[in-house]
Amino acid sequence: MSGDVMVITEHMEGKFSDVSFELVGKARELAEAFGGESIALVLGGGVDASVFASHATLHVADAALNHFNPEAYARVIEALVKERSPRLVMFGWTVIGMDLAAWLSGRMGVPCVAYAKDVRVENGALIVSSQAYGGKLIAEVSPEGEMAIVACLAGSFPAEAGHGSTQATVIPSPVDLGGLKMKFLEVIKPEAGDVDITTQTKLVAVGRGIGGKENIELAEELAEKLGAVVCASRPVVDAGWLPRTRQVGKSGLKVKPKLYFMLGISGAPEHLEGMKDAELIIAINTDKKAPIFNVAHYGAVADLFEVTEAMLELL
Amino acid sequence: MAPIEKAVAIEKENVIVDGMDISGPWSRIFEQRTIFDYTPELIEKVASIPGAESFANCYQCAKCVAVCPVDVVGNYGPRKLYRYAQTGMDLSEAPQLWLCTTCANCLRVCPKEVNMVRIMPAVREQAILDGKFVPAELQQAFENTAKYGNPLGQPQRKRDAWTQNAGVPVPILKDLGRPVDVLWYVGSYPSYHPRGIDAACAAARIFNALGIDFAILGKEEKDDADSQRLAGEKGLFEMMAEYNIATFNKYEWKEMVVTGPHELNAFKNVYPRYGFSRPVVHYTTFLVRYLDRLKPLLKHPIHKKVTYHDPCYLGRHNGEYEAPRQLLQAIPGLELVEMPRNRENGFCCGGGGGGMWMDSFTAQHTTMRLSEKRAMEAAATGADILAVACPFEVSRFEDAVKSTGNEHMRVLDILELLDRSMRGDVEI
Amino acid sequence: MHIVVAIKHIPSIADELPVRHNNIDFDSVDFVLNEWDEHSIEQAVLIKEAVGGTVTVIGVDVIGELDNALHLALAKGADRAVKIAAEEPGADSHQQAKWLAEAIQNMSPDLILSGVQASNDLDGQLGPLIAAYLDLPYIGGTSAIEVTNGKAMVLKEFPGGIGMRYEIALPFVAGVQAAPKPPRYAPVSKVRQIAQTAKVETIEPGEGESGGLRFLKMAPPVVTGHAEMIQGTAKEIAARIVELLKSRGLL
Repeated sequence: MSGDVMVITEHMEGKFSDVSFELVGKARELAEAFGGESIALVLGGGVDASVFASHATLHVADAALNHFNPEAYARVIEALVKERSPRLVMFGWTVIGMDLAAWLSGRMGVPCVAYAKDVRVENGALIVSSQAYGGKLIAEVSPEGEMAIVACLAGSFPAEAGHGSTQATVIPSPVDLGGLKMKFLEVIKPEAGDVDITTQTKLVAVGRGIGGKENIELAEELAEKLGAVVCASRPVVDAGWLPRTRQVGKSGLKVKPKLYFMLGISGAPEHLEGMKDAELIIAINTDKKAPIFNVAHYGAVADLFEVTEAMLELL
Repeated sequence: MAPIEKAVAIEKENVIVDGMDISGPWSRIFEQRTIFDYTPELIEKVASIPGAESFANCYQCAKCVAVCPVDVVGNYGPRKLYRYAQTGMDLSEAPQLWLCTTCANCLRVCPKEVNMVRIMPAVREQAILDGKFVPAELQQAFENTAKYGNPLGQPQRKRDAWTQNAGVPVPILKDLGRPVDVLWYVGSYPSYHPRGIDAACAAARIFNALGIDFAILGKEEKDDADSQRLAGEKGLFEMMAEYNIATFNKYEWKEMVVTGPHELNAFKNVYPRYGFSRPVVHYTTFLVRYLDRLKPLLKHPIHKKVTYHDPCYLGRHNGEYEAPRQLLQAIPGLELVEMPRNRENGFCCGGGGGGMWMDSFTAQHTTMRLSEKRAMEAAATGADILAVACPFEVSRFEDAVKSTGNEHMRVLDILELLDRSMRGDVEI
Repeated sequence: MHIVVAIKHIPSIADELPVRHNNIDFDSVDFVLNEWDEHSIEQAVLIKEAVGGTVTVIGVDVIGELDNALHLALAKGADRAVKIAAEEPGADSHQQAKWLAEAIQNMSPDLILSGVQASNDLDGQLGPLIAAYLDLPYIGGTSAIEVTNGKAMVLKEFPGGIGMRYEIALPFVAGVQAAPKPPRYAPVSKVRQIAQTAKVETIEPGEGESGGLRFLKMAPPVVTGHAEMIQGTAKEIAARIVELLKSRGLL
């Protein structure tokens, strides 16, 4: 067993995601505490892998990995983890990492911490803070055993520390990537036509608190008066009340508007990932303990409908 | 199913009975023969459903068909359904299952008590349970009721928003914090539908003018769900009934007044099965008690010819025919004329038994909407105004007078007429 | 075609979450069906309607109240309901997945679905764990699954409305983000009838091994910053917000 920390990086269309750099930066720090090395693992070609501040970068440039293929990724990662026995394997708690972290945990028989917000070493022991239960609670846990897997929420660590120019070592795939059950077919781009919420300067964001599709109209009305566009948190989109193109957050879009006016969004970490950099965040929520009030600049504990209707009268 | 054998007349050339020669084709009655050949299975299938037993009672006299409103716009009626079942129609899968409005006119004339008001909900419930076809619009109304507490899919929080337009105080029980004489159950359509709101506001003004000590449930009020029950969603009805009964019993009040006949039917005739038995009256029955106090308030004459449409669930189902007429006749200047089909033989508007939420579906199986047929009957009396006393009806008939080219005839709830006679500042 | 849907009964996050002994005080919270499970059930029933087959819904009954969720699934079109009677409210995903994998193995499924995640997945989600225990591939974040001739066409969602399509040979495990259609309405009559008549099969749990996380502490997030709270009635709050927007040149 080594003191190495392995980071599974993610890239799309030739670009690594921010979370990859965040994890690499943190991995360096943790590896030093464990007396090992940080290893960035890059899967798939078509990307410049020598961009990390890791001690080492391994690049499996197999074309079968160019597009994310959960089965291929999982098999390669499993083989490399078995081969290298790192102390810690880090994933992003992203649409990619979520497919891999727990699976690897089950295969390796080692603990996994999801929704990780902080990872640290205290007296040689690994301690992970997990922001589960929709961000309402932070659990501090210590994974037992000599290897662990963490899947970290995007935005948990600074990305700068992860940028570097460590020369990537290209290695062959440790497993045969023929005969996979999963075959990548194509990328489907979102339908054009709907507004692009990432370019808007003002957004009215609605969450589960909006109650139902019939209330979206009220938010639309307010947005119109404010010169804003309506966007939403994931449950609203999953319910089919607004199209996917309006979703802000981890599985949606990242936005950075001048105004982010939030109606009935409690502030689950997945949502915060997508909007915490907005210039002015105002949140209306009936739950005075809603985590969003720790992030918003202004907040009010009130019925969103009453406030919206009162605003409509004033505008 | 065995092929149907056409009966052939059996002629007897020489038949002498008691010395009388009755030879001829009609003498076949003396021979045993097969008139038709059918399997009774599909009739038994319906009758085997608890609640639908009386379907098998039919002896095919067809008195029901003559009074069935749906037969006027299609091919329908209990006796016809019986016949269809004889000849291969499985009612639980047929569109006919959803056309009955449970208006109960058939039951009125049936010598065998074939009770469609019980048969239809039972067979529909079975169809729903078995995952058979259910009209999508109806499904939506069920879902809206379960999710939002009303079939229109309007937000619960807006249930009392209409009170802002009433122009008079409309106290809400929860805020009032004291017992009241009258709990006014407003109902879903008067709470949300724009024309229903007009009637609700009128009622609020009338109650205020009469000095009635009343209050409403406000945001705590939810749909009675009786029509959903009749449309087959008994579970939903029971769920709503449990909520409503608990809510009604939270407060002290002496009598409940309902705006709609369907709510009257629910609370008076059905909720008692679920443990609720407090006095409930329709607003017409309630207001007629105050006629002496009301009359002096009706200062402004309405010089119009008015015909009144009996709601099935106020009239046939609950026996109230005269109170609405007395209220109309209390309005000075108003001339009441009757349509040929009135009172016990009143013609259904098509909104009952879930019909309110199946208009697109029924349109595919009928030649005309019942509301259109009735609007034409009303127009034929030469009436300027079609007066109604059920919140389903204003929207149905307003649409129908337009589609039948009778826009000159206004559709108004009796509440609106009383209110206008009281205030006089509104043109009719 | 046999589709197995693994569901999870989890503490409701709609209300306060009291903590006891470094974990949720399970006695003082309501348990609800994981919201993503509504989508996995819908996805399973949609596949069944398209190509035929049966749908089995299975979950670990952590507090002895899973029946309601199973009845609802049956009312929506599932054919068979199974619960693993563990009555361990603190059973983590690893333990539950172990029990579920054992039970599912005997069901010879063609496809296993689960909700893509649950708010109490501290040690990871059920889907990928079950896949690992059954040596099957896993794909999460799906928004459409269509089955034809032993294969499935799967659409997986990526941020920004981007989707990727995969062709996957059966059997495999999928974590459903959203069904192609919103979860259907189950007639209350049907749910009530099923509650009275349906048989929920019960399985006793075997050896479940926990995920190996030692809980040191659990508490609401430490507040680092806090919004400036606007007090007053809705009207006053609205007025203050409008004023604020004006002062920032946003109106």
